[in-house]
Amino acid sequence: MSAIRFATPDGLPAFLARLSENSRILAPAVKPAGKRSVIFEDWHEGMPVILEKATVPPKDAVLPQCETLFTYKKSKNPDNREDVALCLENRAEARPTVIFACRPCDARGFAVLDRPYLKGPFADPYYKAKRANLTVITITCASGCNTCFCHWVGGGPSSPEGSDILMTEIDGGFVLQSMTEAGEKLLESAGLDDGREVFAKAEAARKTAWASLASAPAIKTAPQCIAALFDNEQFWQEHTEACLSCGACTYFCPTCYCFNITDEGDAFDEKGGRRLRSWDNCMSSLFTREASGHNPRTQKALRMRNRIAHKFSTYPENWGAFSCNGCGRCISGCPVCLDIRAVVLNAIAAAASEA
Amino acid sequence: MPVMKDKELRIVGFLCNWCSYGGADTAGVARAEQPTDLRIIRVPCSGRVDPLFIVKALLSGADGVLVSGCHPRDCHYSSGNFYARRRLEVLKHFLPALGIDNARFEYTWVSASEGQRWQQVVTAFTRRIHTLGAAPGFEDAPLLMKTADMAPAPLRPLGTGKNAPLESLKQAIKEKLPDLACVIGWKQGYDDAHTTPLFAKKPEDVDELVWGPLNAANLAVYLPLFKGKKVGIVVKGCDSRSVVELLQENLVAREDVTIFALPCEGTLDMGRVNEKLGRYNVVGGIAHGATNITITTDGQEHDFSMAEYAQNKCRGCTEPEAVLSDVRMGDSPLVQGEAPVPQELALLDAMNLDERRSFWRTQMERCLRCYACRNACPMCVCRDYCISDSRDPHWMTQEAGVTQKLFFQTIHALHLAGRCTGCGECQRACPVGIPILGLRQHIARTVGELFDNYRAGIDPAAVPPLLGYEVEERNIREREWK
Ligand code: SF4
Ligand code: SF4
Ligand code: SF4
Ligand code: SF4
Repeated sequence: MSAIRFATPDGLPAFLARLSENSRILAPAVKPAGKRSVIFEDWHEGMPVILEKATVPPKDAVLPQCETLFTYKKSKNPDNREDVALCLENRAEARPTVIFACRPCDARGFAVLDRPYLKGPFADPYYKAKRANLTVITITCASGCNTCFCHWVGGGPSSPEGSDILMTEIDGGFVLQSMTEAGEKLLESAGLDDGREVFAKAEAARKTAWASLASAPAIKTAPQCIAALFDNEQFWQEHTEACLSCGACTYFCPTCYCFNITDEGDAFDEKGGRRLRSWDNCMSSLFTREASGHNPRTQKALRMRNRIAHKFSTYPENWGAFSCNGCGRCISGCPVCLDIRAVVLNAIAAAASEA
Repeated sequence: MPVMKDKELRIVGFLCNWCSYGGADTAGVARAEQPTDLRIIRVPCSGRVDPLFIVKALLSGADGVLVSGCHPRDCHYSSGNFYARRRLEVLKHFLPALGIDNARFEYTWVSASEGQRWQQVVTAFTRRIHTLGAAPGFEDAPLLMKTADMAPAPLRPLGTGKNAPLESLKQAIKEKLPDLACVIGWKQGYDDAHTTPLFAKKPEDVDELVWGPLNAANLAVYLPLFKGKKVGIVVKGCDSRSVVELLQENLVAREDVTIFALPCEGTLDMGRVNEKLGRYNVVGGIAHGATNITITTDGQEHDFSMAEYAQNKCRGCTEPEAVLSDVRMGDSPLVQGEAPVPQELALLDAMNLDERRSFWRTQMERCLRCYACRNACPMCVCRDYCISDSRDPHWMTQEAGVTQKLFFQTIHALHLAGRCTGCGECQRACPVGIPILGLRQHIARTVGELFDNYRAGIDPAAVPPLLGYEVEERNIREREWK
């Protein structure tokens, strides 16, 4: 049985305030500017409640832009300078965190990240600690948007994957429906009114949202088609000419999860050294530059191939699902308006004409 | 050596090996009494002092930085200190833009024999830093969100380029195309309301070329990638300045580039356009009036007048026509009035140092370190070899704190000193809308003030000011030591 609750717009701050007693709340916040953006931030009482789709997804909650994995210190035995002791301090931290008002595509991002980080031969302890402490409250979308295409890739405006609670706007307020045990527990102690009576309205709103989407092209064959184009450099070059190799597309992608590991500081220093894990991206040349200086992907076209193929071919091969949720941010946020949808569709067409 | 708590501050000195380092030695040998706060780093020449050394020291917690080299005309390498003088003077003007008091940084000249002068310099500078106290940081500055105003009325009537002779231009491009590897222009993007770069190789590609207020991207960024090949490029006025700057720096050869130009009537600020459009499913069409465009989304019409929705830089633009071109068509627009202080710069100007530190902390917190700002910049030609990515030398860490992020902005801004044409692509590319252009505009203004109203990318034959020097600088004065 799932818990179903109802909240009025005025009731949301009190709901969040209550949650914030035991958890950090990450909620969208507006950053005014010539080009305004919406960023997930720690929510505190008194802050407005924003329900807009964010410019940058809340991936940071489980994969911070930069995190210290552990610190290390070396000390020499004063009697025998050859004798060096190494002291490691693990930093797999996690605070209970609630993400409030992400979108279904963002929530599905967590499902995409979970597979390599938790379900492979080794579970990543840092990710695992944060993920286990995370509750995701997703607001379902009332309509599609010009760049998103969630329904091409197995999602939709009310897809529950990755969410603990789905929240849907109806006349006069929001219906909150738990999708997992954690969501149910949260709702049961949230102090909200029962929502069963109005649940039908939420279902109707979700249906309307689905109906507003343009029909999706069939891209089931994308994994094979893209694999077949692996050696077709011309195809990748044509689709990458305009790319600036900035990698912005990967940093605001809810499903990109590559990282870099670096050491900072000095082990013999008082403060010790720090091993950091930070975002990295396959669109940058440095990503594949090897210690020898050799770089298998100096051409940006090959890097684009990697990004597209990872999302639409190799990840699906390994995990049975696309690792693109169709959030459209890499389209709307790209400084030169590159369109991943077009690349995938063109790849399917090109593979067909090659065969 | 640890700093003596409460007694000493952290002062870093970069001293030229051939003079000031010797001067300090002379002072020491003469047993001249000196404060002990200064930590000296010996360098081969003041010309070796990258202004970024100083910023890095200041952002990493130094309370003061002193650079000392050989007197002008006395450089061991003949001209290192002449270059240093220009760079360090620009830096001195720039530091306040970040919110750093520029009294915390000084540069001077002390020869090996001037033990007494050294004593005087180091004593006076240390006293000054003690009066200022420990330097305030960025990470804990109180938050302060501010946004730039809209630029005042445009200097020429803005329009949609609707009547520009696009078809004749296409014809001219087709005629030249056989001799060119490609011609770079704009074509329609993923919908009617967006354009994307076009790389025309065949005549039928040229038919895709569009002209109008959606052509915001500065295509000069692609030119260095074609080095050694003959290419054509379609430019707006501002883009042409980037091409000229590339020519000035020999990053592109004049004979390799064919410049096609139409007079620009302004481009849209898509940040504000998108804010007004809100969330929509599909663009149903776009109509160009003479001075406005109408975008239809989900059946609803939205009107954007160019006067109101053009990018700030377009409103203040004084070169809507290419400053250099091979094929030029269309009527020359009449520009009236002086360029106003750019808006992002005016925003910085209106703040004091504390507010600027707060401002940058607030802005930089959301920086993704994606470096789209860098990659969109036509003058950032190091591309895959940017020092911010290098581990050796180790300029930056991967840490996500605001000082690292602001330091990156400083790297970009200072590497663009005297080279930045103010095209605004860095800021336009920023996915989270950080108003980083102000830092570039600040330096450009300083460069103009110091070097006879110099503006980058106007004259292909001009030497960028930081690549040259004068023995007697007209606008740089030596400071007194008392
Ligand atoms: S955001 Fe656009 S320009 Fe930047 S790397 Fe991605 S596709 Fe290329
Ligand atoms: S690849 Fe693009 S559309 Fe797909 S999830 Fe990432 S940012 Fe969104
Ligand atoms: S720094 Fe910014 S404004 Fe200056 S040339 Fe580069 S992109 Fe243009
Ligand atoms: S483009 Fe914006 S977010 Fe990206 S590194 Fe530059 S300032 Fe930061």
